[in-house]
Amino acid sequence: MGTTASQLPKDSLSEYQELTFLTKQEILLAHRRFTELLGRDERNHPNPRVPMQVILTLPELKSNPFKTRICQVFSTSEDKDGSLTFEDFLDLLSAFSDSATLEIKSHYAFRIFDFDDDGTLDHSDLEKLVNCLTGETEDTRLTSEEMRQLINNILDESDIDKDGTVNLSEFQHVISRSPDFVSSFKIVL
Amino acid sequence: EREKHKGKRRNGDRQKNERENQRRKRPSKLVQGIREESQSKTERRERSRRRRRRAEHETSIHEGNERERDQTRAKSTKSKKNIKNEKTRKLEGKEDGEAQERSGKGKLKLVCAKNEEKIESGDQLKEKEKALGVKKKKKKRRKKPETSEEGDDEEEVNNDGEVRPELLSPEELEKLKDAVDEKKKLIQSLRGKPWPMKQKLVTLRESQLFVEKYEGALGKGKGRKLYAYKVMMTKKWMKFQRDFENFKTACIPWEMKIKEIESHFGSSVASYFIFLRWMYGINMILFGLTFGLVMVPEALMGRPYGSIPRKTVPRAEEAGAMDFAVLWDFGGYAQYSVLFYGYYNNQRAIGWFKFRMPLSYFLVGVGTVAYSYMVVIRTMARNANESGIGDDNSFNFSWKMFTSWDYLIGNPETADNKFASITTSFKEAILEEQESRKDDNIHLTRFLRVLANFLVLCCLAGSGYLIYFVVRRSQKFALDGLENHTWWERNEVNMVMSLLGMFCPMLFDVISTLENYHPRVALQWQLGRIFALFLGNLYTFIIALMDAINLKRKEEKVVKYNITMWEASLYNGTGSENSTAPPITIHPADVPRGPCWETMVGQEFVRLIISDTMTTYITLLIGDFLRAVLVRFLNHCWCWDLEAGFPSYSEFDVSGNVLGLIFNQGMIWMGAFYAPCLPALNLLRLHVSMYLQCWAVMCCNVPQERVFKASGSNNFYMAMLLVILFLSTLPAIYTIVTIPPSFDCGPFSGKNRMFDVIQETLESDFPAWFSKVFSYASNPGLVLPFILLMVLAIYYLQSTSKSYKEANVELKKKLQMQNEENKKKNKQAALKAQMDLEEARKMYHGRNPSLSAGDREPQFSARGPGPRNGHNGNHGNPRYLPGFRQQSEPRMCRVPSLERH
Repeated sequence: MGTTASQLPKDSLSEYQELTFLTKQEILLAHRRFTELLGRDERNHPNPRVPMQVILTLPELKSNPFKTRICQVFSTSEDKDGSLTFEDFLDLLSAFSDSATLEIKSHYAFRIFDFDDDGTLDHSDLEKLVNCLTGETEDTRLTSEEMRQLINNILDESDIDKDGTVNLSEFQHVISRSPDFVSSFKIVL
Repeated sequence: EREKHKGKRRNGDRQKNERENQRRKRPSKLVQGIREESQSKTERRERSRRRRRRAEHETSIHEGNERERDQTRAKSTKSKKNIKNEKTRKLEGKEDGEAQERSGKGKLKLVCAKNEEKIESGDQLKEKEKALGVKKKKKKRRKKPETSEEGDDEEEVNNDGEVRPELLSPEELEKLKDAVDEKKKLIQSLRGKPWPMKQKLVTLRESQLFVEKYEGALGKGKGRKLYAYKVMMTKKWMKFQRDFENFKTACIPWEMKIKEIESHFGSSVASYFIFLRWMYGINMILFGLTFGLVMVPEALMGRPYGSIPRKTVPRAEEAGAMDFAVLWDFGGYAQYSVLFYGYYNNQRAIGWFKFRMPLSYFLVGVGTVAYSYMVVIRTMARNANESGIGDDNSFNFSWKMFTSWDYLIGNPETADNKFASITTSFKEAILEEQESRKDDNIHLTRFLRVLANFLVLCCLAGSGYLIYFVVRRSQKFALDGLENHTWWERNEVNMVMSLLGMFCPMLFDVISTLENYHPRVALQWQLGRIFALFLGNLYTFIIALMDAINLKRKEEKVVKYNITMWEASLYNGTGSENSTAPPITIHPADVPRGPCWETMVGQEFVRLIISDTMTTYITLLIGDFLRAVLVRFLNHCWCWDLEAGFPSYSEFDVSGNVLGLIFNQGMIWMGAFYAPCLPALNLLRLHVSMYLQCWAVMCCNVPQERVFKASGSNNFYMAMLLVILFLSTLPAIYTIVTIPPSFDCGPFSGKNRMFDVIQETLESDFPAWFSKVFSYASNPGLVLPFILLMVLAIYYLQSTSKSYKEANVELKKKLQMQNEENKKKNKQAALKAQMDLEEARKMYHGRNPSLSAGDREPQFSARGPGPRNGHNGNHGNPRYLPGFRQQSEPRMCRVPSLERH
């Protein structure tokens, strides 16, 4: 489908297969979905970017509470607007794919949860995370007392060096024991 | 002597590092030189001493290099040479005499050299460096994968490209090979690196270029071609593997359907469909076995229909044999076909290639069960491996926080449900944490729980009795002749079983509200009870069937007697006139025959499966579809909100459906021996229910209110499947082993027991010695010790696994201890460093107030290479030698550890 410009060249396809956890069909599907997101005039652009607002209309991401974070983490754009190139998009799908390793999944999960990009999950990150998980509506929100209790409990468990924050290795330590992280940290086109 | 040796070697190692550092440090050396001149005489004396020491170091470097070579050549000569080196050095030391100096610790008895010597050795060293240039560059290259951002190595690599492989020494080749291997490993592990794609692409291209360039250089002469060939083949193989992998994923059926459901309902509902697909795969194999090795050969090569009595519909049934009602009950023509046990002939070999039909029938029966066991156990083991780590409860909250979101959810409604369930789980967890089991009225709950269990037991017993009663009654009906009874009376057993399976779980649900368990625990109880119900029903059914078998066998005896009488009368009637006349041809339909109990059992199971399937589909249509339609369209003209209120839409009941599937499979396993068509039927059923349920879920179910994780229960279901498999093979094995087969139907007719077919094959198809060996091997004297041995082995393995587990726990504890210790140490070190820094800052400020403190800070903290001035470089502490990098790091750790011990 589409013009020859929207087709993936063969050698880069094999390179993408080498570099991601995706199969050939998945990469081709991703490419098709990606070109569908692009406007008509952008398709002939050598390395087009899709703005975050357009990416978020994908049904796979639409109801995800972390959708903006996901875009920001995988975006390589200089001005941090969360826009994705095709390669960024592939990175995203690869990390969320079925066969990705625990290490890479937990790494990206950490970066997604690290809302202020400072390399650790501190009190405010955890609070934002809880708010994301409990949804926007008022009746599902936790009270501030519950929130404090919850975050204290979490820090008690996973903050091994007791510096008040959860860093990457602590996070990975916790995640690696979890029986169902790998099966739920998935996005499939 | 040995200690000396050891110390020297360590020293040599350290020197080697220093040599590298010196190369990097050249500019600072110059600075040193300039400073040296300006220093006072006392200082100069010390400096010369230091220089002398360095010279001595350099000789030892020289030596170290030599030693390196020695090591690669021969290990046996190595120690000798070292000793020799030592001796020569000692001699030198005696000649020099005057300037002997020992290192402070006394371990290092190295000899100082004169300044001239130092220059000489320095020159030598430079030459060496030139000679070893290639090697060093290679080392750098090898470092590249670790740092990988360094782009400046690239040029050197390209310059190196001109080096002819023939010129390299074997040792260097070895290193090159290592480097290439390293690159290959890097290429393989690249996809697991959390880098952006651009960086990965650049690294991939670079390393591929490198590998391509140097791969050819490896191997010499004849070996080279072979090597190149091997490399090419591995490349091709990799490509093939990748394509094959792609092909395999493309072949998985219903992938898109399941993904769609996954995105709407989360992973737990999808796990049911994945389970269904897995079942489908197993049944596919079972079907392949029975169809390919039993049904098709009999249909193609066996005697055709109507040739012998067992393959013909008896005269009495002929009239209605093609009626739909009879066929639907699997009587008439369906009964006398390859679908059932009774049709098969006991002819040993059929067709032109002498297919051993009875043997094949028996082996397929055993093989299906064995294959199922293998698959289930293997899957269980794999699941246990995957989820075995998640058994400790130490990260309860963190897991709830970090792993509770299901990223597959793409449906806003499901997302809302998920938000709600996460919130409640948080709140529950907090409450539990706060109160930690504050049961105020424990006696009441206990009483209620006992009461609930009592009620459930009553239900189970009642349903068991009901089934027994109904089966007994149906036997009476069957004796009277089915034609005289209504439809209900004919299908009573199956209907009662299906209805019980439908309504009892609801009853259990009501009863379980008494118990006030946590929902997860309640679900497990519920599952256990339904399991017990199904199992009880199934076993009552089997016991009733056993009664029926015994009845049939009594009947068979009578019939057998009658037949001999009948034959005798037949022959008496004709034989008296002419004994040489050809035997009278009687149409096979007219020949009296026994009641074939095997076919009866097969028919019962097939009927059970059919009615079960029908009830499942009908409940699906009525309970889900009709309800959804009513709720949707009556909502406009109803007095309350139907969608949000009482009937609402139904949820997809994962556990109930999985249980149904498991029991269905159990019936297949039980009945497949007597009705080879069962796997085919089941395949059909699974295929249809895949589509039907997918459709039903997508169109008329709402996502679950409480979304349970799929992974936690995976092995629970598998364990159930295993139990069912075991329990369903028990009756089958019992009947095969204890009851003699019918005399006039089935592949084993005329034999005393069904498994006699094995013995027969052994005797007639294998050489004599084989059967002898087999008979020895099956001797109880051999079998019993073997079993004993196996039991011992199991016991041994179990105890070792136990001890491993203990060791694991112990190691975990140790790790935690170590962790804490390290933390303490780190904290202390950090504190100390901070204090030092403060002090230094104060001093520095006191001496040189014009410089701001901020400029100096990074120099103190930086341990890696960087601009070093003399002040920093000459700290005297050997651990913080400038330029210490990757190679030195581990040694830095080792030295203190050695000191500690």
